[in-house]
Amino acid sequence: MANEFLNLTGISKSFAGVHALRNVDFSIERGRIHCLVGENGSGKSTIIKIIAGVYERDSGSIVINGKEFEKLSPIDAIREGIQVIYQDFSLFPNLTVAENIALNQALRDGRRFVNWRHVHSIAADALAQIEVDIPLNATVGEMSVANKQLIAIAKALRQQAQLIIMDEPTSALTGREIKVLFSVIRKLQERQSIAFLFVSHKLDEVLEISETTIVIRNGKTVSAGERGEYDGARLIYDMTGHTITEKVYDFEPDLSQPPLIKVENLNAGAALIDINLALRAGEIVGVTGLLGSGRTELALALYGMLPIESGRIYINNKPAVIRSNRDAIAHGIGYVPEDRLSEGLFLEQSIARNVVVRTIDGLRNALGLTIPQKISEQVNQWVNALRIKTPDPALPVKTLSGGNQQRVVLAKWLASNPGIMILNGPTVGVDIGSKDELHDLMKKLAGEGMGLLVISDDIPELLQTCNRVLLMRHGRIVEEIKPKDTNEGELSSKLIKD
Amino acid sequence: MKRLLRRNETLVAITLVILCLVIGFNNPTFFTWGNIFVLLRGSIVTGIFAMGVLIVLISGGIDVSFTAIGIFALYSTVKLFLYFDPNAPIWLGFLIAATIGLGLGLINAFFIARFKLPTLIVTLGTLSMFHGFLLFTIGNRIIRQDIPPSLTAFARATVIQVPQTRGTASLHPAIFLMIAIAIMVWLLLKYTMLGRGIYALGGAPEAAERAGFNVTRIQYFIYGFVGLLSGIAGMTFGALARQANPQDIVGMELNVIAAVVLGGAYLTGGRGTVIGTLLGVALVVIANNSLILIGVPTVWQRVVIGLIILVGTGIPAIQERRAGQRASGLTEM
Amino acid sequence: MDQTTSRKSIFTRLSFDFYTLRLFIIALVIFTAFSLLLPGKFFTVRNMQSMAVQLPEFGILAFAIMITMLTGGIDLSIVGTANLSAIVAAMILTGLTGDEGAGMSLAITMPLAMLGALLVASICGLFNGFLVSKVGITPILATLGTGAIYTGLSFVITGGPAITTTQLAFIGNGSLLRVPIPVIVFIFVAIIFVIILNRSVFGFNVYMLGTNPTAALFSGINNDRVLLRTYWLAGLIAGIAGIIFLARTNSAKPDFGASFILLTVLIAILGGVSYTGGFGAVSGLVLAVLSIQFLSTGLNMLMLMWFPSSAAIFFRQFAWGGLLLGVMVLNYYTEKRRDRQPASIQSKDSS
Repeated sequence: MANEFLNLTGISKSFAGVHALRNVDFSIERGRIHCLVGENGSGKSTIIKIIAGVYERDSGSIVINGKEFEKLSPIDAIREGIQVIYQDFSLFPNLTVAENIALNQALRDGRRFVNWRHVHSIAADALAQIEVDIPLNATVGEMSVANKQLIAIAKALRQQAQLIIMDEPTSALTGREIKVLFSVIRKLQERQSIAFLFVSHKLDEVLEISETTIVIRNGKTVSAGERGEYDGARLIYDMTGHTITEKVYDFEPDLSQPPLIKVENLNAGAALIDINLALRAGEIVGVTGLLGSGRTELALALYGMLPIESGRIYINNKPAVIRSNRDAIAHGIGYVPEDRLSEGLFLEQSIARNVVVRTIDGLRNALGLTIPQKISEQVNQWVNALRIKTPDPALPVKTLSGGNQQRVVLAKWLASNPGIMILNGPTVGVDIGSKDELHDLMKKLAGEGMGLLVISDDIPELLQTCNRVLLMRHGRIVEEIKPKDTNEGELSSKLIKD
Repeated sequence: MKRLLRRNETLVAITLVILCLVIGFNNPTFFTWGNIFVLLRGSIVTGIFAMGVLIVLISGGIDVSFTAIGIFALYSTVKLFLYFDPNAPIWLGFLIAATIGLGLGLINAFFIARFKLPTLIVTLGTLSMFHGFLLFTIGNRIIRQDIPPSLTAFARATVIQVPQTRGTASLHPAIFLMIAIAIMVWLLLKYTMLGRGIYALGGAPEAAERAGFNVTRIQYFIYGFVGLLSGIAGMTFGALARQANPQDIVGMELNVIAAVVLGGAYLTGGRGTVIGTLLGVALVVIANNSLILIGVPTVWQRVVIGLIILVGTGIPAIQERRAGQRASGLTEM
Repeated sequence: MDQTTSRKSIFTRLSFDFYTLRLFIIALVIFTAFSLLLPGKFFTVRNMQSMAVQLPEFGILAFAIMITMLTGGIDLSIVGTANLSAIVAAMILTGLTGDEGAGMSLAITMPLAMLGALLVASICGLFNGFLVSKVGITPILATLGTGAIYTGLSFVITGGPAITTTQLAFIGNGSLLRVPIPVIVFIFVAIIFVIILNRSVFGFNVYMLGTNPTAALFSGINNDRVLLRTYWLAGLIAGIAGIIFLARTNSAKPDFGASFILLTVLIAILGGVSYTGGFGAVSGLVLAVLSIQFLSTGLNMLMLMWFPSSAAIFFRQFAWGGLLLGVMVLNYYTEKRRDRQPASIQSKDSS
């Protein structure tokens, strides 16, 4: 294959005896858009790091530009034109757009001095290549996520990139921004025959942009093929290893009872416009939409962490004022945040402390002092109830796996016995086995009379766990969908429509 | 325009002008050459120290040991002069002091770069170590009578003389040393990759490492350079005061940090300019020397410096909070 | 999975023993070494008594630094607060008591003076808390600024010189059941801190906030209030220390105890308080206070023996700085080793 840029054959890698990759093969061709898909924990990021030279492989061969590499260092990879754009973009928020684009090149050229005119012309060139217009003198910290990403692409171009690897590039973009990104990528692919490798677990975008798709599961390449060979069902089958069982959560709430929470004409700037919804006991209501559609903002507004401009909220038919998350908590609302590691957990603290952080107020004696015996009881009760796998709850949470960490977050809330739970991305970063168990747990909680609001863009998750799904676009709820009346393809095409 | 107004430099400059006008209208001696030259002379040492502290703050650290380095360098240099050749030229003194400063600064750098320890606690420790070592082993006696003649001569030097009603007002040439250092630091920060690396390190340390900056080397440079500048500042202080008192200078750190913070540098790193810092130095020096002209007694000096620090850090903190709220999606309507 | 409830706290029982034991051994080694190096001088009743009355001066202040460090901050203004409180107390005493003052009896003015001191200390602490929590200034710079203000106000009030009064000497030199009163105050503060940190919701929240302020906010902890209370408590403790200063030295000076900031930071770090917040226990702090007092007295005696010059007093200044750096480097290596351990627990967990 003359057009081959990179070839991996039989790549294996293990960490402390655990196989992360087993005999992975795939190749990347110049000027093509490739997608590497797989569930969380399937080994995608390990592959990227091996290609970037960050990790050393245990066995297998790497050929780049026809050259075989015994050992690939990060500098080798960059020299061969491999550029990785990580999710944090590696940009400097305090420096200007121009400098961010030009800095790496200047460093690589071994420059000691800065020629500002040169910096500006380099940056202007790079932005012209991708045909976007971003002010060169603006500070990067003030840029939107989408612009930061375009700046990162421009930066990669300046380093003679032949292959640009993007890790979950669309996870923080709005629908329109995704379109801009895709058009930039197609331009670069056609005009400069740059190859792209997208790493993603989102089916819709994979189906839209990918020319060559590579699916991995449990550290092995499962399949690879051209556009047209894949549809949603095949991708899911290849990623998960099983067809999605058509289990839907078919539940009809008791309409004679007042809703747990009812929202009328809620507005919050451009983020939320005229929101109306009701959540009843036993319901699991999904809220979906692209980033910027208002799904996270809705969750935050109900949890009191986004100021509301107008509208009314009723809890059990009684008007409620929610100005802070402590108000929301007082009304029995719990919130499992999107970013578990930074918002949900105290990683270095013990599992025990994490579990009782919400309820410690109630575990006090008449003198106002906490009762160690009661704390232990509560901790052990929840560690058992949610089957958190640990030898000792006094161990720090960071010793747990992703799924068990999420159980700790849930335990923290369940211990305080909320009537309403808002779950934002409840299974992000959780392996498949735990994912199913978490879904079962959610249904069990609903069965006990709780109302759950699930914010997610994981379509199979929404279809399997929710009794109805609200679709958001530009801050509005535009449609209510019953999972039993739809399918994955339909919902995902509705989702990406702008 | 709005951008210009938002900048700290502009705010500090406006405050400075208003302060000068208020003091000047209440007491006309403020605008005499004599007073202006005194203020300029008073800003030399603070200015040189401030350039060092500015670099540290941009890189996201803090240094409180620079005063101990300054006095250590000064006192040891004078001791060396007295021991070997009391008549050695002044430039040799600056050279020795700068070298001693560099050495001590590299000790800071070692702990910070090698062990990734927090800069405040490291420099709090070395402040005590350097000063204690100086007093314990090198000397704790004030050297005044037998100060080397080259220092006395330096103290008397003058470049501009303006006749006044009583005597003459003269400007000390060391002000040009401070200006030269300021220009050098400005060039370093703006036009060298090392300078951009310092900003990069302060803005996003991990990204700096990933981009290929040698973060350890940059940190060695930063703390070594601050030590070097502190040595020069200490020597200047002694030469202007014609004495080497081992208890001097330590305690000045508040003035210097106040000046740098006013100049727009954040403790969180990545920001700060030479111009802003010079304006901050001017404001602090005027506050220290001239508030008495409008009837603020000198005992209030410390309170004023404290307030300057709070205002200098409080305004950007409040702005940042507002910006944070805006970023969360609402007020931008 | 072993889930039998241990007698020790379910929160911390794993890390607790290691640090405390290490510190206990350190304190013991220092004590024994000086007893052997200084026969007939160090291990004497008189020296024990003299150490006991010196220790509370900085020992109490160390608690103020500790609580702020637990939240991930620091309070550099505690010495300024302590001196300002001492000056206010001294002014009340000299102004109202005895022949030179308004002639009131000490029984009335003493509580008044203490109340005044603690009130001023509270205001200082609350102002710090306000700046850190509501305004959002980095604790280092906020308390550096307020420290200058509090010390400056002390200078403004006194005009420079110390205010002397011997009326609290009975506290500074007195004892109750043969235990010096300052030591009783120190023990009292330590017990209060044990209760606050281990058994109160506020203490629990301090640890959580210090570990991850964002998660604390999302978990419904009122971060601003916790920070406000933290700095208030630090101020209050500094006020108590100020009263002890006054009682011990019979004078209140604007610039007393300049080295105490370094010393208290050293004690906190030595005592196992994490400078990034979230970790640290009273037992460690108390052992660190003891170690530092042993070192301080022992080094002083040795220095006087070996270098009978006035410079000997400066050796301690050097030693404290060196020790602080030494302890941090040591912690760097132990943490590096400890970081490798959870991996084994993890792999056990996943297998």
